[in-house]
Amino acid sequence: MSDRAYAVVDLGALGFEEGAHILLNRALARIPPGAELAVTGTDPALEVHLAVWCREAGHRWTPREHGATGPVRGRVTRGRADADRWAGAERAGGPGPGEVVRRPSPSWGLAARGALVEPGGPGLAADLDDRDIVWADLAPKLYAHAASAQWDPATAVAWDSEVSLPDEVEKAVVQVMTYLVENEQAALVVPARLLARVHPHFREVLQLLAVQAADEARHVEVFTRRALLRGGEMGTSSAGGRSSLASLLAEPDFSLASFLLSVLGEGSFLSLLSFLDRHAPDPVTRQVARLARQDEARHVAFGVAHLEHRAALDPHLRSRLRAAVERRHDALRDTAGLNADVFDALVILAAGAWTPQAIAEGHRRVRNLHAEMDEGRRRRLARLGFPPDEAAELSALHTRNFM
Amino acid sequence: MLLMGAVAYDPKVVTIWSRFREWLTARGLPFDFVLYSNYERQVEDLIEGRVHLAWNSPLAWVRARRLAGRRGPEVRPLLMRDTDRDLTSLIVVRDASPYTSVADLKGETVAVGALDSPQSALIPLSYLRGQGVVPGEDVSVRRFDVGVGLHGDDIGGERRAAAALAAGEVAAACLIDANHLLFARENVLPPGGTRVLAQTAPYDHCNMTVAGSAPAALVDRFAELLLSMSFADPEVRPLLELEGLKAWVEGRDTGYDALEAAVDEAGFYDASGRITADDYTP
Repeated sequence: MSDRAYAVVDLGALGFEEGAHILLNRALARIPPGAELAVTGTDPALEVHLAVWCREAGHRWTPREHGATGPVRGRVTRGRADADRWAGAERAGGPGPGEVVRRPSPSWGLAARGALVEPGGPGLAADLDDRDIVWADLAPKLYAHAASAQWDPATAVAWDSEVSLPDEVEKAVVQVMTYLVENEQAALVVPARLLARVHPHFREVLQLLAVQAADEARHVEVFTRRALLRGGEMGTSSAGGRSSLASLLAEPDFSLASFLLSVLGEGSFLSLLSFLDRHAPDPVTRQVARLARQDEARHVAFGVAHLEHRAALDPHLRSRLRAAVERRHDALRDTAGLNADVFDALVILAAGAWTPQAIAEGHRRVRNLHAEMDEGRRRRLARLGFPPDEAAELSALHTRNFM
Repeated sequence: MLLMGAVAYDPKVVTIWSRFREWLTARGLPFDFVLYSNYERQVEDLIEGRVHLAWNSPLAWVRARRLAGRRGPEVRPLLMRDTDRDLTSLIVVRDASPYTSVADLKGETVAVGALDSPQSALIPLSYLRGQGVVPGEDVSVRRFDVGVGLHGDDIGGERRAAAALAAGEVAAACLIDANHLLFARENVLPPGGTRVLAQTAPYDHCNMTVAGSAPAALVDRFAELLLSMSFADPEVRPLLELEGLKAWVEGRDTGYDALEAAVDEAGFYDASGRITADDYTP
């Protein structure tokens, strides 16, 4: 019997109740289907369990002949089931970001990038499944940076700092915080929705969007906490402001959503948060604005990097971006834009006092803020290849709500 | 339309045969199935011609064969799973127990599954008889009647028999070979803590029983399609895995002698397929 065997595996005292199949599988993997493996071992139940295991695994089991002696307890003829299971298997691209494929198969589903994927699994409903639609070569680097730059809202802000502002100034801070929370909530929902639609093959994009959503979640928390620091009520939320944000949520296209939110909206917010860092009347407000700005800068960088990547591949991208801005502008034409309470609150904060001269100075500073936002948008639009006059025109069409 | 009966011993049966139906009809075979709550009604309907095929337990096959001989056309095992061939039952004891042969069990209690379980009651009890140990006389039998009417497809009774052995309540338990390993993996039995005292000769398990009155062309096509199912086909593989096989094989009727004898010894059915077991209420 043993001379017909292709190979031998010695299971020692190991039984199937203790993992004998692992040694057996290892030995079977080394012989082709149809070949025989002689099995030796001392577990009393070995022959019973081998027969069961072979039957279930699709191998054939031949026990030793009645009365036969010697160490060989029987033979396993390797079946085809294991080979058949992996017959049409393919690698889901390669694990590294450089090995991302253009169109990952929906059937790869949630498999790790680079995993060997058994065919026949359920397809994943991830409609954003084209590298050129979601990818940016900068994504892995930005994600690494984002992950390392996370901060703890409980400790990153000196919440116990002395904050004793006159009531009207405190009210202005609360109003601005209330407005920021509303905007950050939109900025949380947009990447979270996109995240659910991106094929997991583009892992770094998913990770980045997840961190982006987490960033916004923290911003919502710290702005709310600052608003309530003195125990007052939250400020107002205008219909026009919410219309503007609702129109952001309505954009289904990944690149256009990223353009409207990150490049134009969050880009404008960089100026707003710098403004607050400069003019806020207390250290806590300055700190939360500064911390949020660091995160927003990264979101803007990803948006720009992604759109640069796309613009290089798609000559029509710019006309689509333009159309998206125009569409949003038209949709918001009849709304009031920025919450008037927010505008006044910004003026009050920048004024620093209640004299007519101070208010005039505050007003001038808010106008400067508008100009800075506009300049930043034009600069980013130029990076995406828009000529200066077109960049200026598009920037002017951007929503008056800033985001 | 080819109509098959299957017993819904578990909710997954609905999934399995719905997907088979989808697969078969997509290949042009008009096919449907009826679910039964127990094997006895399924077999009776097969013989009455209300279904053409029945996915039968071994015991249901035995009854179908006996009923067919008396009441209707012949039946034959059309197909089986590769995993339906050459199974065995075990009589298992605790490793530390003193028993070295089934004769040592005399005066003790042996646990079995449901009374209609071929693998954990009928066949092993018949084996004991063959070894000169008469159940009910030489040994007491402690029966765990779970899922009566399902012919042991519900392994709850067997699991409780194993648990009774592990708890020291009985001297031995009767199990199908695969469940000895399964229960050790599930910690129902202590791994390495039991010993196989005896093993029956191999026997066959389920088969797709076809009634002689079934439309022959459809039956042939059904068999042809099932035999063509390949584990290498990613569309088919989940169906085969659900149903616990790697390949369908031709049916054979050579593996049921032990069960036929056991049925006679236990007075479970009479020669014409009538239920004669006193306490059997499927």
